[in-house]
Amino acid sequence: MTAIEEQILALDPEEARRVRQERFERIGRWLLPLAIMILAIWLWDRVCVWNDIPKYILPRPGVVLQTLHDDAGLLFSSLLVTLRITFLSLLLAVVGGVGLAVLFAQSKWVEMSFFPFAIVLQVTPIVAIFPLINIYVDNQTTKLLLCAWIVAFFPILSNTTLGLNSVDRNLRDLFKLNGATRWQQLRYLRLPAAMPYFLGGLKIAGGLSLIGAVVAEFVAGATGQSSGLASRIIEAGYRLNAPRLFAALILISLTGILIFLVLSLISHLILRRWHESALRQER
Amino acid sequence: MKLEKVAQQPGSVPGPTLLALRGVGKVFSNGVTALSNVELTIREGDFLSLLGPSGCGKSTALRLIAGLSTPTSGVLDWRGSGALGRSNIGDRSNIGFVFQEPTLLPWADVFDNVWLPLRLKGVSRAKAAPAVMEMLARVHLTGFENAVPRELSGGMKMRVSIARAMVTKPRILLMDEPFAALDEITRFKLNNDLLELWQDERFTVVFVTHSVFESVFLSNRVVVMAARPGRVFAELAVDAPYPRDEAFRTSPDYAALCRQASDVLIGAINSTAGPHHDGH
Repeated sequence: MTAIEEQILALDPEEARRVRQERFERIGRWLLPLAIMILAIWLWDRVCVWNDIPKYILPRPGVVLQTLHDDAGLLFSSLLVTLRITFLSLLLAVVGGVGLAVLFAQSKWVEMSFFPFAIVLQVTPIVAIFPLINIYVDNQTTKLLLCAWIVAFFPILSNTTLGLNSVDRNLRDLFKLNGATRWQQLRYLRLPAAMPYFLGGLKIAGGLSLIGAVVAEFVAGATGQSSGLASRIIEAGYRLNAPRLFAALILISLTGILIFLVLSLISHLILRRWHESALRQER
Repeated sequence: MKLEKVAQQPGSVPGPTLLALRGVGKVFSNGVTALSNVELTIREGDFLSLLGPSGCGKSTALRLIAGLSTPTSGVLDWRGSGALGRSNIGDRSNIGFVFQEPTLLPWADVFDNVWLPLRLKGVSRAKAAPAVMEMLARVHLTGFENAVPRELSGGMKMRVSIARAMVTKPRILLMDEPFAALDEITRFKLNNDLLELWQDERFTVVFVTHSVFESVFLSNRVVVMAARPGRVFAELAVDAPYPRDEAFRTSPDYAALCRQASDVLIGAINSTAGPHHDGH
């Protein structure tokens, strides 16, 4: 103990500076973005006051917050509708993406044959596909789900496929030497090896499924068929209800951030013991 | 250059023939002749080193023996009685393989890594536990069952790799430059422990290395290979008795044997004619 204490006392100027800088960075990482954010909101408020901007054009932050509180019932019930589509489509994207990736991993031929279809689905703008879906699908929820799924499944599929194919050659030989079956190789080698890739795809897909859900509602909402947050935004736009527009927007952003944080946490918890990406930096 | 037989008397651990390579050749699809007309007899209980410059086909030979690759010409004759004698390729379940890198599952802890070969054969965790724990004790890793590979040093990872290869009690252990990436002190320790294990269990080892000193210290037979095409150049019997320890490592006998092996190796390297003299 005393030896360690002596060591700290005996820090040379360079090491002492490094310790100070680390401490500063630790605090600054949280404090700095927060301070900038508060500054930006304050500036927003001031701009409104200085220029006498009416609240149906740019509401003051306080008014937005007030609206968020007053319209909570309406907004949150809409948020719930959007969230349901988001999570269902994310779930389907996981099942579909991983399922297809496992199928692709069974043979190069399957992958070569079917991957172009996945790319076609990915690169065609969902807004352009929706009118077709609208013709072929009757059920409102199914429509939205299909839309959000098309947007969200690709990163999971492409990442998981990459992961399943990036197994160490020697490990593959080891499994072969021990007479592993195809299923054993998938279960004990390829799926765990693909896990970091899959989780990376999942993080992207989480945000995309929210975007997919909102965009789908927008397109569907234009024909007056939806009750999600997007339709609240369209409605508020028609009525020049800018405070509610802002409130709904903030709610969507916060939801997106929350989804990202939760998925990041899940990823960290799964990978923290073994994967480079989850290891704490050591000097 | 003619084939030079330095010594032909049997080594200190004779046994019946386990595997004979007869006229074995391997030509890759890109036209490279990795091995040409290899004649090699491996006896039960042998600690046989394949020594040679890079590109001499030592690793290819090991992969052929493991059944991970098939020869273009010639046969591998597993003539030994028992489980190994079934086919030309051999029963893989009776082969242990240690790669150049530890090649562990990074997400699995030490126990699960050693359990893996048994698990693939359908042995449950509980049933496998005694064998796994015994092997871990044999490689001096008791107490590290729950560590994941990244928490271990390079030498410890290699120990796990050896434990995994040995947990099925294979009759033959194939090692592909297993200690090449380790520091000298760690390598010496692992050499000693490997010899100890080998003397206790009496399995057969084929050990690929490019270190003269390592091959002489470990083996009773050193097979020197030459490159382009990969072939057996000469065989050297190392007649020093086992157990070999640190005293042997510093003995004049060892130095003399190393010198002898070095000379043969230099001969093998010089026998590789042509412009591409120093590797690929």
